[in-house]
Amino acid sequence: MEIHIPTPLRTYTGKQETVSVEGATVAEGLAALTAAHPAMQQHLFTAEGKLRSFVNVYLNDDDVRYLPAKEDSPVSPTDELTIIPSIAGGAASRGCRR
Amino acid sequence: MSLLLSKDLYQQLRTHGEETYPHECCGILLGKSTEENLHVRQLIRAGNTRTDSAHNRYNIAPQELIQAQREGRKQGLDIVGFYHSHPDHPAQWSTTDFAEAHWFGCAYVITAVEQGAAQITNSFLLTGTSEDDKAFVPQFIAIE
Repeated sequence: MEIHIPTPLRTYTGKQETVSVEGATVAEGLAALTAAHPAMQQHLFTAEGKLRSFVNVYLNDDDVRYLPAKEDSPVSPTDELTIIPSIAGGAASRGCRR
Repeated sequence: MSLLLSKDLYQQLRTHGEETYPHECCGILLGKSTEENLHVRQLIRAGNTRTDSAHNRYNIAPQELIQAQREGRKQGLDIVGFYHSHPDHPAQWSTTDFAEAHWFGCAYVITAVEQGAAQITNSFLLTGTSEDDKAFVPQFIAIE
C-alpha cells in the first residue's frame, strides 16, 4: 500500500511524499512505516502506542477511527493510507496573545 | 522565512473573511516551500465545520485536507499553510490557535475582520518539531 505523508512529517521520511509499505492491515502498514522511518513513531503515536488525537489516518476516503475494525481494517496493495494532522483554532472567547 | 503570495491571492483570503462575517472563514494554502519562503500558488476555500461556534472557532474537515493534498500532488504543490479570520478580534494567534496547531513549517494566516471589513492580516510560522517545543513566529507577508 502507499502511505501519503503530510508536509510537516516529510522531514522524517527523507522528504518522501509517499512511502510504499507492505502490510495486511492499517496497523501493519503504519508499523512498517515507523520501522522504515523510526522518527515517525513519536509524531504519530503516544508513549502508550495510541494514535495521537490530532493525527487522522484515512484508508482511501474513510477515517480509520470510524471503520468497524479500526486499525485492524484489512488493506490491499492498491489501497492508499493518508496521514493528515488536524487543522483547527479560532479567536475563542478567552482572548488573544500579543 | 517569509510568506510570498500574489496580490490577488492575498485579496482572496481577506475577502473570504468578509464574506463569512460574523463567522470565521478558513482555507488551505497550496504552494512550494523553499529555504527563503513559503510561496503560495493556490488558495482553497474550506468549510468551517464548527457550526456550533463559528464566530470564534474553525475546523477544516480532514476530507477537505486530503482533497487539497491530492489536488496539490497533481500540480506538484504542497500544503504550505492555512488561513482563517478573527471576526471582531485582533489578527493575533489565540491560545486555541496555538493548541490546535500541528503543521510544523507551515504558515497560519489570520485576518482581523471588524464589522465585516478586513483589517490587519498577519502570518505566523509554526516552528519546532513537536508539541513540546512548538512556537508561533511572526512571518513577513511579501506580496508579489
